[in-house]
Amino acid sequence: MVNLTADERAIAGGARGEGAAMAMRIVAETARLMGADRLLPIESAHIDGALYHGDSGTLFAERLVAGGARVSVRATLNVGAIDLTGCSRNRLPPHEHEMATRMMHAYRQLGCEPTWTCAPYQAGHRPRFGSHVAWGESNAVAFCNSVLGARTNRYGDFLDIACAIAGRAPDYGLHRTENRFATIVFEVSSLDRSFLASDIAWPVLGNLYGRMAGNAVGVVAGVSSSPGEDALKGFGAAAASSGAVGLFHIAGVTPEAADVHTALNNVPPVERIVVTADMVIDSQRRLSTAERADRIDAVAIGSPHLSIDEFDRLERLLAGRHVAVPIYACTGRHTLSQLGSRRSLLERCGVVVVADTCVVVTPILPATPGAILMTNSGKFAHYAPSNTAYSVLYASLADCVESAVAGKPSFGGRA
Amino acid sequence: MTLQGELLLDGRPVRAEAMALTAPISFWGGVNPKTGEIADVRHPEHGRSISGRALLIPATIGSSSAAAVLLELVHAGLAPSAIVLHEPDAILLLGLIVARELGYATPIAVRVDARHFKTLDGQSVAISAEDRIATITV
Repeated sequence: MVNLTADERAIAGGARGEGAAMAMRIVAETARLMGADRLLPIESAHIDGALYHGDSGTLFAERLVAGGARVSVRATLNVGAIDLTGCSRNRLPPHEHEMATRMMHAYRQLGCEPTWTCAPYQAGHRPRFGSHVAWGESNAVAFCNSVLGARTNRYGDFLDIACAIAGRAPDYGLHRTENRFATIVFEVSSLDRSFLASDIAWPVLGNLYGRMAGNAVGVVAGVSSSPGEDALKGFGAAAASSGAVGLFHIAGVTPEAADVHTALNNVPPVERIVVTADMVIDSQRRLSTAERADRIDAVAIGSPHLSIDEFDRLERLLAGRHVAVPIYACTGRHTLSQLGSRRSLLERCGVVVVADTCVVVTPILPATPGAILMTNSGKFAHYAPSNTAYSVLYASLADCVESAVAGKPSFGGRA
Repeated sequence: MTLQGELLLDGRPVRAEAMALTAPISFWGGVNPKTGEIADVRHPEHGRSISGRALLIPATIGSSSAAAVLLELVHAGLAPSAIVLHEPDAILLLGLIVARELGYATPIAVRVDARHFKTLDGQSVAISAEDRIATITV
């Protein structure tokens, strides 16, 4: 039974217009479904709902706009289906293009910030430790909970904007301290140190972690120092693709895990997974789906969106060489503005910069039957086969760059 | 055989062929909203249609856009006739909550322990609910 305050009941009844009423009803109905007995005030939201999947999502957003709804907290926007910066072009048919544009416009009208990125936490949106927020997009949720220590559930499309308008979220799941402790230990100390320092380590481990943890909270043990924010981003994105991971801890690295015992709340774990080299090799193999490794048609990087540090690495590895197959480099406007004139230098080398969106959510890659995509992203590797019809070869960034230059797969660049 | 479960979201009583998924699924990237077919090439039921089925889902994973895909399936008339979950899932069921707000007819959603899924798979099942109690009859 959900107990709404008098104010919440009034909003649900239409005191702030029909749009806010619909938002509050959606939040309250979700609270009932999930067994929450009250709603919590939230400080911010990240909205994944502005990506076009079909006309119904556009009609929903326009219904909120028509009902006079506005977000009542800071709300950043995840990617849309269209690159509004004009860096890249897509192959959406005219009707879909129009509906996707209308959808992005409707979310702006609701008062959301046009950040259009799946890495809002690198675009200046970093909720404070312990604050309650309502974030959508699986990697953003994982980062927000795990690395920033703000509290959010895995808010799906529609609920994210409903919470942002209502300024409330159902009090359940990861908002509650008792559900944030780890029940699984994911022990990586037996792995080779040079593997852990490589750039494929964290996406590969994330894929394995997600499959083993499912929706449980786990703590990674055996890491001596922080692998850096971009590695944590890659781990969370891969884990939240292969599993239902909303929160992970890394002992000695993430803010709710000073050590393994703290992360476990001093309770013995339900399961201790000792990660072996064979498990890592198997996970790395699973990220690739291509049956042959004798050609590639494109390289895609930037899921989650590339940071400026990742562009620095790309530039160093490319070193001004021209690529034989295009590298699609997906990023947000926040990085684009930092990149400045360096973007055109990359484009002259054959890099296609994609902003506001990415290659697995909208048709940017050429429609080539039997095509093969090389990527260093655990998340692109997971979704490309179903969303783009490309099969995948997973590789380090160095191998991605060397392969793009060579025009065929090249493994053996230093990771 | 008759099983009882919990009503999650009300909808019309149905009779449909039960289809049990044998692995967790992400609706976004896992189900094609234009055809109702399972599109995830790594999923054991890849290529099969979920439209009109009583879909038995052991667990959901992945993208937070699952609700959008389910709403689109409802909008396009390609949704399952009933959704049977082992655990309530806010991300997926939001698609039905929003569909109802938009005035679309929504499939019934119920919760039943996944240990029954194997027995139900492939059977014609009737699903109805009264007072929050769902009944599944084979």
